[in-house]
Amino acid sequence: MFPTPIQKQSRTAQLTYQSLLPLALIMWLLPLLAVMLFSIRPLADFTNGNYWGVPSSFEFFNNYGRVFFESDMPRYLWNSLLITVPTVIGAVALSCMTGFALGIYRFRGNLLIFFMFIAGNFVPFQILMVPVRDLTVSAGLYDTKLGLVLFHIAFQTGFCTLFMRNFIRALPYELIEAARVEGVAEWRIFWFVVLPLMRPAIAALSVLIFTFIWNDYFWAVVLTQGPDAQPVTAGITSFNSQFVAQYHLMSAGSIVAAIPPVAMFFLMQRHFIAGLTLGAVK
Amino acid sequence: MADMSHTWMRRNRMTITPLLFLLPGMLFFAAYVIIPIFQSFNISLYEWDGLGEATFVGLRNYEELATDRAFEISLWNNVKWLLLYLLAIPAGLFIALFLNQTVTGVRLYKSLFFFPFVISQVVVGLVFSWFYLPNDGLFDIISGWLGIDVRGGVLGNPNTATYGIIAAGLWPQTAYCMILYLTGLNAVDPEQVEAGRLDGAKGWRMLWHVILPQLRPATFIAFVVTIIGALRSFDLISIMTNGGPFGSTRVLSFYMFEKALSEYGFRMGYGSAIAVVLFFIMLFFIAYFLWSMYRDERAARR
Repeated sequence: MFPTPIQKQSRTAQLTYQSLLPLALIMWLLPLLAVMLFSIRPLADFTNGNYWGVPSSFEFFNNYGRVFFESDMPRYLWNSLLITVPTVIGAVALSCMTGFALGIYRFRGNLLIFFMFIAGNFVPFQILMVPVRDLTVSAGLYDTKLGLVLFHIAFQTGFCTLFMRNFIRALPYELIEAARVEGVAEWRIFWFVVLPLMRPAIAALSVLIFTFIWNDYFWAVVLTQGPDAQPVTAGITSFNSQFVAQYHLMSAGSIVAAIPPVAMFFLMQRHFIAGLTLGAVK
Repeated sequence: MADMSHTWMRRNRMTITPLLFLLPGMLFFAAYVIIPIFQSFNISLYEWDGLGEATFVGLRNYEELATDRAFEISLWNNVKWLLLYLLAIPAGLFIALFLNQTVTGVRLYKSLFFFPFVISQVVVGLVFSWFYLPNDGLFDIISGWLGIDVRGGVLGNPNTATYGIIAAGLWPQTAYCMILYLTGLNAVDPEQVEAGRLDGAKGWRMLWHVILPQLRPATFIAFVVTIIGALRSFDLISIMTNGGPFGSTRVLSFYMFEKALSEYGFRMGYGSAIAVVLFFIMLFFIAYFLWSMYRDERAARR
């Protein structure tokens, strides 16, 4: 193990390390802790210039209550959910299939198609922006959740295919050959042999895509405009213009917007990290 | 007849099955990603407001770019982003080495250090813009103790604003690199570390000669995601400064959006020309990534 385990070092080194850990963490999360502190303050604290002292009163319920009951925030959150979940399902379903095709079969152009998916996944969004917006408008899907979902599914299929294909490549190929010798149809091999083995990959991708899509801002701005379809990342800017300079409400709103992916991460940590490393780092 | 087509299907099933499996994904990807790239190339040759008639102008949009001062600033800012963003890689490695211990509660510490990456960039941007508030922001207070005074606040000063935003971006990016290295460190071969110790390698020498070579795959991915992330920067700029003050924080991705889709005018053709330039910058890196992946793929051929 590297660096040398702290247990093998002197007592002072151990104590220093133990006390450095929480200190480093506080420093690291300082901007976030500041916002959490903001979100439980009363408005009066900001007008009195008491930004960083002890809050003059504890307004947690009041501030978060107003976020939920006096703004469009719940609608934005609901939109985010209705955009994110179908995208996850769609992208994972499509990429299970493309990953299977590219991972199992040898045919001409296999690698070319695979690399096309990877390359497409890395392009700047701006090169797609005008045509995709045009396509969405002419399909009558501008400012709808469906318009956003369709694009997200298509774009995320690139990344998901990369992940799925590499995962399937690492599966024992003998399993598939054995099934073929038994005369099992190809689609049944997919459904009954490969798909059950892909569960960890499906879990990893689902968590990851959930976070990516929940946090998307650019496409939300390009393809939607009002509280009918806007997800929370875009909605928060109109939320902030509703409560200009009311830092206690703006910070409470930001925290609410950030919670779902954070919760997802803490619940599914192992899968999440497996997905992030693209399965390349074991 | 039905029987014949059946046998044909059977004979060619190793070609038809993958095709059928690929079809839905490829159609989607082509319609929303591949074809739009070429459409953008085409649009960049027109003057078009997005609604009315488009007028063919040849390369005039690109000629205009050459003398556009805002474009030049954006391009330079992209270079700054690209270079400074790479700091996330050593910083992530440093934190990973710091946390790669087995003391009680270290798992929780690792997740909390990773935390910034999970939050959306929009929220990171808001959090940092409050952190940078002039006078009342935590950054201004702390830098005040050190005797530093940034005129107009970090984000209000054209000389510091871009660096302030990059610092905000480095926060989640470092967390990402950290997790890549933590996973990589897990897989480091203990026998090689022992062998290195027996040879008297310690500290830096051990890190450089024994550990880093084993972390190659993690470093590669860290480079890929950091470079792509740097060139994709949009959210933070839009949230923190909206390109200001005086356009000093624009990058190509933001400038393109501004030109094509904001109150500054709906110049789709000119915007697309900017996007094409950004695309070629990106393509340079994408080609390199694909080439390295291709080499690995060839080596791993079974």
